[in-house]
Order: sequence, then structure tokens, then C-alpha cells
Amino acid sequence: MDWTLFFVITTFALYIGIAIWARAGSTDDFYVAGHDVHPTVNGMATAADWMSAASFLSMAGLIAFLGYGGSVYLMGWTGGYVLLAVLLAPFLREFGKFTVPDFVGDRYYSDLARIIAVICALFVSFTYIAGQMKGVGVAFSGFLGVDFNVGIIIGMVIVFFYAVLGGMKGVTYTQVAQYCVLIFAYTVPAIFMSLIITGNPIPQLGFIGNAAGEDISMLSKLNGVVTDLGFQEYTQTDKSMFDVFAITGALMFGTAGLPHVIIRFFTVPSAKAARYSAGWALIFIAALYTTAPAVGAFARINFIDTVNEATYITDEENYETRAAEIEEAGGKPVPTWYKTWEKTGLLQYGDKNGDGIMQYRGPNAPDGVENEVNPNRDIFVLANPQIAQLPGWVIGLVVAGGLAAALSTAAGLLMVISSAVSHDICRRTLFKNMDDKTELRVARGAAAGAVVAAGLLGIFSSQLGFVAQVVAFAFGLASASLFPVIFLGIFWKRMNKEGAIVAMLFGLISTFAYIVYFKFGGGTPDQYFFGVSPEGIGFVFMWVSGALGIGISLATAPPPQDIQDLVEDIRVPGTRQPHGIADAGMAPAPAE
Amino acid sequence: MSEKQTTDAKGYWAATIRLTLTLLAIWFVVSYGAGILFRDFLDQFAIGGAPLGFWFAQQGSIYVFVGLIFYYCFAMARLERKYGVEG
Repeated sequence: MDWTLFFVITTFALYIGIAIWARAGSTDDFYVAGHDVHPTVNGMATAADWMSAASFLSMAGLIAFLGYGGSVYLMGWTGGYVLLAVLLAPFLREFGKFTVPDFVGDRYYSDLARIIAVICALFVSFTYIAGQMKGVGVAFSGFLGVDFNVGIIIGMVIVFFYAVLGGMKGVTYTQVAQYCVLIFAYTVPAIFMSLIITGNPIPQLGFIGNAAGEDISMLSKLNGVVTDLGFQEYTQTDKSMFDVFAITGALMFGTAGLPHVIIRFFTVPSAKAARYSAGWALIFIAALYTTAPAVGAFARINFIDTVNEATYITDEENYETRAAEIEEAGGKPVPTWYKTWEKTGLLQYGDKNGDGIMQYRGPNAPDGVENEVNPNRDIFVLANPQIAQLPGWVIGLVVAGGLAAALSTAAGLLMVISSAVSHDICRRTLFKNMDDKTELRVARGAAAGAVVAAGLLGIFSSQLGFVAQVVAFAFGLASASLFPVIFLGIFWKRMNKEGAIVAMLFGLISTFAYIVYFKFGGGTPDQYFFGVSPEGIGFVFMWVSGALGIGISLATAPPPQDIQDLVEDIRVPGTRQPHGIADAGMAPAPAE
Repeated sequence: MSEKQTTDAKGYWAATIRLTLTLLAIWFVVSYGAGILFRDFLDQFAIGGAPLGFWFAQQGSIYVFVGLIFYYCFAMARLERKYGVEG
């Protein structure tokens, strides 16, 4: 508790200090940090921007219970960076403006296309940010004894400080600090756990090594343990191969199409820097993503070890005396971490056979015993240090890391929301004569409004409990609506306004309808289109959307010469010139 | 900006496309290939104590992704010199 408070206050003071140091003086500073962030620094900021409360808090726990099935997140959320690096980032940097709707609106010479892109960007960002705010609330209420809503308000004040004052510049440098905090907080407990379970301090090696002091690999041992309890083998899944394929695809292409990731590549000086920046970002992300599967496997082992067949102690009994009695009789008392987390309602024990012992079983248990323990997967990263009985400061560190992950992602999303309002809607569509000073003021106001809206959404959605389900929206929409038009806009000169508008609308509406029908409208899995679950549907509709865009473009007039020249320019670094209608109202920023 | 007499933008773009396709082929093979489509086949082999297909899905593909992007940076710099494009 004291350690937690210490780490949270220290890191928050650091973020505020950076915010004051990195104030934004112009719209260039505010939207893209002056286009002069070093690629390695931007890589680190991108990694923090990208790794959200979901990556930090939930992913390892998901993998622990899905086993091989959890691979979709690992491959999906890293493979997207290859697509970004080779298909989008360097060309969008060469294009030289501020936002994703900037590119869509200019490349497709249409304010309607710009507005549809704004709608996609806002929808994706608000979906995502509600989850971050909820994560902040959980961390505060679970560890600092602060009310959930008060926790969200504290988080809002901090983000308000550096996003509104510093814009992209403040966000960039706080994200660098947040990356350092979160990666340290993630690896320290992982190293401890790896040492305990496999005897190897490097989790990635422990993952493929033998169980400590035994002649059997850690994974084979885990496979044996879970199948004995009636679960699927850890290294297998019951999802169909095509579904795994589609979900991985939706996450990869969705990652590449997410506006808050793309805008990070506008902050570097050149196309070359954008390429390197994607590489650095993935290295920093891989540090966590290759550790996560090890943490997942270790967590599953620890959970089964400490909970299965333990004797339950009720709240009425004195824990210490009862635990001593149980141990004396040769039994295993329910661990203290379990009792702590039970209070949150995220762990449940129902004694079905009335023997007072906690049986943890899968659906096909060979001994026919019914499962009595239901853990929520989200608690594992936070509970791991307690489960492995690590020192108190490690727990405090993990809480600070979770907050860093949530706040850094929230700030990146706020930048997308505020620039969509002040830049794409106000400056580029409604008031085309707005000057730089006014735009900066509107941008600050929009960021402030977005912070408040995000906080309210976090507070409101915690009552509805729908955040986890709508995250599928963000990736599905990004992959089906934004990715195809950006990609074709660069690689196919003939793509025109009509094609782009139809492609985006189709991707937006079809994905939205499919997810709503199956998540909220009572659709059942046997009605899945080709057996693809809502999480993966964005991948299928992405191809349809791209094909529609190509078909409609071919059936209508080719884009004006100015636009075709613009596409030629962004393909070759250092040749970007302003082109009449393509750049009407705003000149591109030169490369370094 | 681009007035270098030796700039060959067409050749540069064609070479970029070839490089991109090659890298994406590798990207596909290590993730969708090794990690999903041919996983069952690869799982009969092991790397350390992990089945190979499973390892590719949870570790190996990520390492290859990192390598691919840095190779791309390096290869693009070479193309830019070759075709006289200022990077």
C-alpha cells in the first residue's frame, strides 16, 4: 500500500514535470511535435501509445487461459507494424500533414471523404479510450482505496495537464517516460516468476526451458496439468483455423489502420526516419509481447498450484488460526492473495460438492468433478506478484506500470480526437480561413473537452460493463474502413473519390452491423459468416471494401492530374511538391 | 529539392515494390504460415521445450517481424543511393 502510493505519486510528478517542460507553441508543435522527434524516441513513444491497459493488464491473463488461442493477440498486435513500416508510415510522412483525415480528404479531393474518415477516427478512438479510463479506475480503486470514479477523475486531471498544455510534444515526452515505467514494471515480476518456475531469469528462455529441478519442459508439464483437470491442452485451441486466421488478420490490419498509431509517424523528420521509427517501436513492443506468453504460462501454473484442492476459509473464520490448523492436518489453506481479490468479486468459489475444498476443473474433467472456481482473467497481471509472493514494492511498481500504460494510450487517443475536431472539422472543412493561433486555441479547447468526455465515458461504461466487447469495434472498423483507402491511395493512382467513399462507408456499416448483431442483437455462433467471429470480421470485410473501391473507381472517372502527381511524389522521398487541388487550403510540411 | 540529374523515380518505385512483396511474403510465412496454417505439422518438431509451430505463434514470428523492418530500412537506404533518391 505504501509502496504503491510512493510509485504512483513519483511517476505522476514526473509526468507533470515533463508536461511543463514541453509546452506547445504552435499548431505544428501541438499536432505533430514540430515534425522533429528522433526516430528512436518516437519508437519508444509509439510503443507506450500502442500498449494500452489491455496489453499491460489483460493480455497475459487472456493467454494464460486461452493457451495457443492467445497467439492471435501476440501475432496480430505486432505483425501490424510490418504493414505500417512497409505500406503506410513512410509514405504518409512524405505526404506531410497532421492527421489521417487530412490524407483521406486531400488524396480523395473531397470533404465528404474527409468527414467519413473523421467519423471512423472518432469512433475508434472513443471506443478505445473508455477502456483506458476504466483501467485507471480499477488500478486506483483496487490498490489505493480510492473510489473508482475519483480514480478516473485523478487520471483525467493528469492527462489534461500534459495533453492540453503540451499537445503532441508533451504527449510524446511523457510517453517516453511512461514506456520506461511500464516495461520495468512488467519485466521485474516476470523475471522473479521465471526464476521460481524454471530457474532461468530470462522469461523468453524460461518459456522454452525445463521446469525448475525437473527433467520435463515447462510447457509439457503445463499441458499435463491442465489436461488432467479436463482443459484443452495449453498448446492447442478449439477455435477453427480459419477463425484464428481471420482474427489475427483483423488485429494486424486494424493495428496498421489505427489513427492514434499512424499520427505518431507524422512527428518524425522524414520518410526514412518513419521507417526506422516503426522498427524501434516494434523492438520496444516486442520486449513486452515476448514476455507476455511466458507470464501467461507461469500464471496458469501458479494459479493451479495455489488454488486447486486448497481448503477454503470463510470470512467468519480467523484466517491465521484456521490456516495453521489446515497445514497441521496436511492440507493446503486457500492463499491470502485469493482472499484479497475475492473481495473485488473477480474470483468466485461455489462449493458444489460441499466438501469445503476448492476443486478447479475444466469441462472434460476425467474424474468427473464439477468446477467450483471462476477467476476473471483481467486480475492476473495485478495479482501475479502476490501469487508468487514477491516483495511489496514489486506490487506497487506493477500498479504504477498499469497506470502508465493506460494514461499513455489515453493521451495518444485524445490527440486524435482533438485534432479531428479542431483541424479536420473546423480548419479544413468549416472555417477554411482560420489562422494558426485560433486553431491552436480550438485544439486546446477540443483536447480539454475530449478529456472530460473520455472520463465520463469511463465512469458511465463501468456501469454497463461493455468495454471489453466493443474493443472488437476499434480493430474491425480500422481494418475494414481506414486501411483499404489509405493503402490504395498510396499504391494505386487510379483510386478515386467515388471508390474511396463507397469503400469506407461499406467497411464502416458492414462491420458495425455484424458486431452489433452478434454482440448485442442476440446472434448465435452458428450464424457466423463462414464461421468467423465478430473479432475477426473486419478482416473479411476489408477485402470486400477494397474490391468495391477498385470496382467503383474503374467504373467512374479517374482522379484529376494534381492528385496523380501527388501520389507520385509521396512514393519517392524528397520529391514532394504542393499540387493545386490536392493541397488546397494547406501546404505540406517539407521533409528535413 | 529533387533536381539531381541521376534520379530514377520509376526504377526506384519498381524496386521498392519488389522489396515490399518479398518482405510481405516472409511476413505471411512466419505468422499465418508457421503460426497457423502449418502449425500442426511444425509441432512435431521442438525448439527447446516448446512445439515449433506454437513457438512461432507466440515468440518466433515477433522476432522475425523486428528483423524484417530493420532489413527494410537498410535495403531502402541502399535503393535510395542506387537510384539517386534523397532519403
